[in-house]
Amino acid sequence: MAQTEWIEACETDDIEEEDVIRFDHGDRTFAVYRTDKGDFYATDGYCTHERFHLSNGLVMGSTIECPKHNGRFDIPTGSAKRAPVCVDLKTYPVKVESGKVYIQI
Amino acid sequence: MNNYGMVIVGAGEAGARAAAELRSRGWTGEVTLVGDERHAPYERPPLSKQALSGEEAPAPVTILDRPRLDALGIRLVSGDAAVRIDRASHEVLLAGGGKLPYERLLLATGANPRKLTLPGDASGDMLYLRKFEDALAIRSRLAAGRRIVVIGGGFIGLETAASARAAGCEATVIEVAPRILMRGVPEAIAATVEALHRANGVDFRIGIPIDSVNREDGEYVIALADGSRVRCDAVVTGIGAVPETTLAAECGLELDNGVKADECLATSDPDIFAAGDCCSFPHPLYGKRIRLEAWRNAQDQGTHVAGNMLGDRAPDGAVPWFWSDQYDRTLQVSGLSEPSHTTVLRDLGEAGKLYFHLDGDGRLVSASAMGTAGIGKEIRLAEMLIEQRAHPSPESLADAGIRLKALLRA
Repeated sequence: MAQTEWIEACETDDIEEEDVIRFDHGDRTFAVYRTDKGDFYATDGYCTHERFHLSNGLVMGSTIECPKHNGRFDIPTGSAKRAPVCVDLKTYPVKVESGKVYIQI
Repeated sequence: MNNYGMVIVGAGEAGARAAAELRSRGWTGEVTLVGDERHAPYERPPLSKQALSGEEAPAPVTILDRPRLDALGIRLVSGDAAVRIDRASHEVLLAGGGKLPYERLLLATGANPRKLTLPGDASGDMLYLRKFEDALAIRSRLAAGRRIVVIGGGFIGLETAASARAAGCEATVIEVAPRILMRGVPEAIAATVEALHRANGVDFRIGIPIDSVNREDGEYVIALADGSRVRCDAVVTGIGAVPETTLAAECGLELDNGVKADECLATSDPDIFAAGDCCSFPHPLYGKRIRLEAWRNAQDQGTHVAGNMLGDRAPDGAVPWFWSDQYDRTLQVSGLSEPSHTTVLRDLGEAGKLYFHLDGDGRLVSASAMGTAGIGKEIRLAEMLIEQRAHPSPESLADAGIRLKALLRA
């Protein structure tokens, strides 16, 4: 199994409730979410349909909607919820420690 | 229903989406998609952007490639035009002599560039952009140092001008109307777009009629009514589109600024539907008949109409949405506004500016924004407010400290 590491993505205060921000690390891009319940999640940053940043999309409850074609994913599981997306989104483990959000990649 | 299949004339965005959606909804009979282009269904938005100025030689960005069509069991008849509809026998006749019997027929025939005829000997040399091959033809003229004139300051014209600049050309936009983006974009945003283009080296001639276009000594000379002359190596014209209604007209379907459809996208023949750029329909949010030339609409209506072809009677009331990429900025418009509407500005700082448009009753009917890709989120929320027929207070709309999401729940 490939080696993974915990990377500091942002401060908890950087993301408003029910919102998403973009986090770039190396040549990869991620989307880090805070749901309406205050939980943090992380997924790949691009929609699986076309290369478009999900961080510009709208979070509704625990769903992210891609701004380009309105495809939707369930944030905690990454599962595709509405056409045109049909490929699930890769998710990453997240932990919060002393006000910072870490993702395991 | 009998054993005839579903036939879709027009293999663009609307037609392709409808074909795929018929399968998603469980239709197991035949689905035939007829397109007069040689390509599998492809996206047109990149044609005025990456296809013109991208470093790599462009290829069509397919919506449904051939393996996908095969997997879905969709028969693509490409490069053969539908030439007649026989409504009595429920058949579409093809130029190549074939006949396609239909259970239900969808007209997704799109639109063609509006042609401009000017005095002078070079009117016929002007280039237009609609199809992939058109993009290739324009691209071949965009070598560094060439002078390109774009007639028409709409989305296509402006994107072409931006692409010309990206390719190192000189670019001049000639707009006969008093300002650019007269259709559907408020003046404040049009002014921002114009300033952005000027900052990127595009020259503008606005509000001046064109007298003639001639070819002289290997270059084109455009004479303007103010006596000035613009000399260039190529002229690209983007002055709107005309709905393609030939088939509908010849088989006696009702027309009204396109193929006339009802709120469920059925034409005057209940077995024939219309969707996309060719289709005019009454919009429940705006209380009038409209026709949209927009990618999102083609996609939404194509998807929506499939259900109605299978027997639903679901009205189509999606909020119209348009976007355009201008250099590193994006412009988005949701809903339809009129000059008489009240405009409220929400300043998003670095991200851009968002304008709300309220009708006489204070109902939010449209929103438009120009800025970074982040404005998409705000426009989407505005779209949801428009859908709700919300009457938000102008003060709350102007205050960037109040989240639109909060207004949605109010």
